[in-house]
Amino acid sequence: MSVKKIINDPKRVVDESVAGFGAAHADLVRVEMDPIHIVRADAPIAGKVGIVSGGGSGHEPLHAGFVGFGMLDAAVPGAVFTSPTPDPILAATKAVDGGAGVLHIVKNYTGDVLNFETAADLASVEGIDVRSVVTNDDVAVKDSLYTAGRRGVGGTVLVEKIAGAAAERGDSLDEVAEVAERVNANARSMGLALTPCIVPHAGEESFTLAEDEIEIGIGIHGEPGRERIKLEPADGLVDRLLAPILEDLPFESGDRVLLFVNGMGGSPLVELYIAYRRAAEVLGERGIEIARSLVGNYITSLEMQGMSITLLKLDDEMVELWDAPVQTAALRWGR
Amino acid sequence: MGLDITWAVDWVRRSAQVVSDHRIELITLDREIGDGDHGENMDRGFQAVLPKLDDLHAGSTPGDVLKLVATTLISTVGGAAGPLYGTAYLKAAVAAGDSVSLDAEAIAGILTAARDGIVLRGKAEPGDKTMVDAWTPAVDAATAAAADGADALGALQAAASAAWEGAAATEPLVARKGRASYLGERSAGHRDPGAESSALLLQAAADAAAASAGA
Repeated sequence: MSVKKIINDPKRVVDESVAGFGAAHADLVRVEMDPIHIVRADAPIAGKVGIVSGGGSGHEPLHAGFVGFGMLDAAVPGAVFTSPTPDPILAATKAVDGGAGVLHIVKNYTGDVLNFETAADLASVEGIDVRSVVTNDDVAVKDSLYTAGRRGVGGTVLVEKIAGAAAERGDSLDEVAEVAERVNANARSMGLALTPCIVPHAGEESFTLAEDEIEIGIGIHGEPGRERIKLEPADGLVDRLLAPILEDLPFESGDRVLLFVNGMGGSPLVELYIAYRRAAEVLGERGIEIARSLVGNYITSLEMQGMSITLLKLDDEMVELWDAPVQTAALRWGR
Repeated sequence: MGLDITWAVDWVRRSAQVVSDHRIELITLDREIGDGDHGENMDRGFQAVLPKLDDLHAGSTPGDVLKLVATTLISTVGGAAGPLYGTAYLKAAVAAGDSVSLDAEAIAGILTAARDGIVLRGKAEPGDKTMVDAWTPAVDAATAAAADGADALGALQAAASAAWEGAAATEPLVARKGRASYLGERSAGHRDPGAESSALLLQAAADAAAASAGA
């Protein structure tokens, strides 16, 4: 595969992209370049819990695309696929502290957890009340003593939206953290890749797949998944993702869910809706009610072709918070 | 002969050089079982340390150099390697204290502290296919060499040699920590990139000591 990218200098990818993001969405955010972080334009908001998330770049619109009214107060982008260091996380935490404390939403990857932990310790020393919620919704990884635990993937977007709405309506830090934990505990995801992705500074594919091969159970960093199979029609692929998701929580007849079909960055919406159609069919057969839906590229892996499916078992409060107004670059309704 | 500030600064310069020279190799190892950023991140970190060496004041100790490396890596590397190596150098700096010259026993002490720091942060055990698998044999070898009457150079050479063996021994292992653990059985057959970079850095320490001894 030839490596064609719309970039200038591989070392400047994140800086230049964030600068562009700030320029494009100056009504929503302000961008600080040293250390690099993106803050909601009206932060800090007195008396409101601040919500900070972050992680390696390359997953756009996650997380910067979710900064704004009703969602995140700040996003901290690291280098591509690399956790940010504690310095910008601390800077973002201070920038959004309105006196009610700050929630860190951290995807469960060793680097993210270590750097956010360090930043939270530093923020505490400075008198900021910080709580952390670590998302780990990926059923592809066995959660055992023998792994770093399940990864945080698609469910992270839902945690950010719902916790963001809780903070926006004035919930306390404990309450926001509780609802964030509840969403994470009720979300399950799994993804697949049709193609690898190419990290700009590496310039080579993250893994290699034969023409007719796909990778099941991928994460969001181009890391290989849990098995490699021959490409199948869409319905079969959806079934392969849904089966382990459904049995894991488990999701059962009578449950109300949010069905989130997410593109990995390189698959067109026309294909994601084919997948959604099949997923809805399967859930219908099982008596599971799809109360809310989300389809699109929200947590991506550069130009990877592929998708992930996330199911969130909803309760009344989650539905109310999901429906609450949100105004960010990537999610916007009700306002 | 003990190792002083000249050795410590030379170790950092050699570390930056060797990480830069092996950047692609580390990226390749990491791409096979991780996410392909290790060489890039380590190179960025050590390149950031270099200009700061000029800020060291007269009378600086090896411990000051180690602390400088620690804070710079923590604030520039990111990923898991930043906090892990940062903690290693920070604990090593504390162990080095105000000493102006480090003998074999002191070297074994700072390597032990570094390893303990990595274990504390990363919670990995020997055999998990991580950098601990290079550090633990290195610590054991340095400690044994010091007990046998080796000098600081000898202790570091023993450590480097054991680190290389430890890095090579990660190849058949199934990863149980870090991003490679997601691969399960498929992680076997690949060398752990963190163990490899650990061996490179310990070899640089030994080479710097050899250069000091020759000077």
